[in-house]
Amino acid sequence: MMVFFELFLRFFRAGLFAVGGGMATIPFLYEMSDATGWFSYTDLANMIAVSESTPGPIGVNMATYVGFTAGMQSGNATEAIFGAVAATLGLVTPSIIIILIIASILKSFRNNSYVNSAFYGLRPASTALITAAGISVAVSNLFYGADWSRWTAMINWKGIVLAAVLWLLTNKVKKTKGLHPIVFILGSALVGILFSMN
Amino acid sequence: MNIFLELFVTFAKVGVMTFGGGYAMLPILQREVVDRKHWATEEELMDYFAIGQCTPGIIAINTATFIGQKNKGTLGGICATLGMVFPSLIIISLLAGVIETFSHLAWVQHAFAGIRICVCVLILNAVTKLFKKSVVDSKTFVIFCVVLLGSLFTPVSPVVFVLLAAVAGVVLQNLGGKK
Repeated sequence: MMVFFELFLRFFRAGLFAVGGGMATIPFLYEMSDATGWFSYTDLANMIAVSESTPGPIGVNMATYVGFTAGMQSGNATEAIFGAVAATLGLVTPSIIIILIIASILKSFRNNSYVNSAFYGLRPASTALITAAGISVAVSNLFYGADWSRWTAMINWKGIVLAAVLWLLTNKVKKTKGLHPIVFILGSALVGILFSMN
Repeated sequence: MNIFLELFVTFAKVGVMTFGGGYAMLPILQREVVDRKHWATEEELMDYFAIGQCTPGIIAINTATFIGQKNKGTLGGICATLGMVFPSLIIISLLAGVIETFSHLAWVQHAFAGIRICVCVLILNAVTKLFKKSVVDSKTFVIFCVVLLGSLFTPVSPVVFVLLAAVAGVVLQNLGGKK
């Protein structure tokens, strides 16, 4: 029972403070991983990939996935589904409350200079938080067994080459850069299998 | 069909057809909500979307709540939102169970090792886009740097940074006169 309540609360917090859509919940998921041990950083990267490749908003998919995983750890499939529901409802509850309030004061909200200047500061902060989370994902996947106190690490060369190719395909190559992310995700899965990546 | 059920079903449909959320959802919302159901005008939809982007929470959920609320009040907003999350709950729960079962196989692990690299690149691309939109002058650049370094090298919660940045925005915008 406790785990459902905790999931609801933790995702309520993420929904309340994540500004800028699904990706903005990622820093909160990292914090959750540290605080609860429900899933590792590696699990989290897998969850992000699955959430990007399935229908539905990414943020909702990630909440469902984390809730399912946490529920599974504390019991069986039924608890996993309750966990998924608790996490998802937690994530959307602040949205519902905030939007219902804003909807009733729509005009004055959009034109309020304090609201606008708060968002002026919020947006770069949100970008920075996602960047920091992205750096953590990148470091844990491009290096093995990193020991930063001695600046030693094993470099994942296959990973670095794949990342460089993907970056070019998604940004520079005209024919491929407009393609849906799922194409690149499936392609990367294939490359991973062919080259036995770890 | 009961209007509340209709809101639920329509947004469940939008949820199933949206891969990735955010902007990917806009054309589908236009077709279902504006053209077919006439629940909002094109302009209203753009307004909701813009506010949904800068208020806390998932953009898709914020927009769904707005449209539901506009048509059938609080309960309408709740029905639209529950419709939006319903497909995710079913699909992810099924998939998570399957992945859990096969995760020990070597080739599945190799596949996910490749996929994780792709995730890094996708996050980098998303961040690049956000950076261009949110870091618009030297003040916002300073906020970006402080929060980035702070969240990389201190254990301070993202919540604290978000709150401080909102305060910093108000202070900076009102101290320096006009922007």
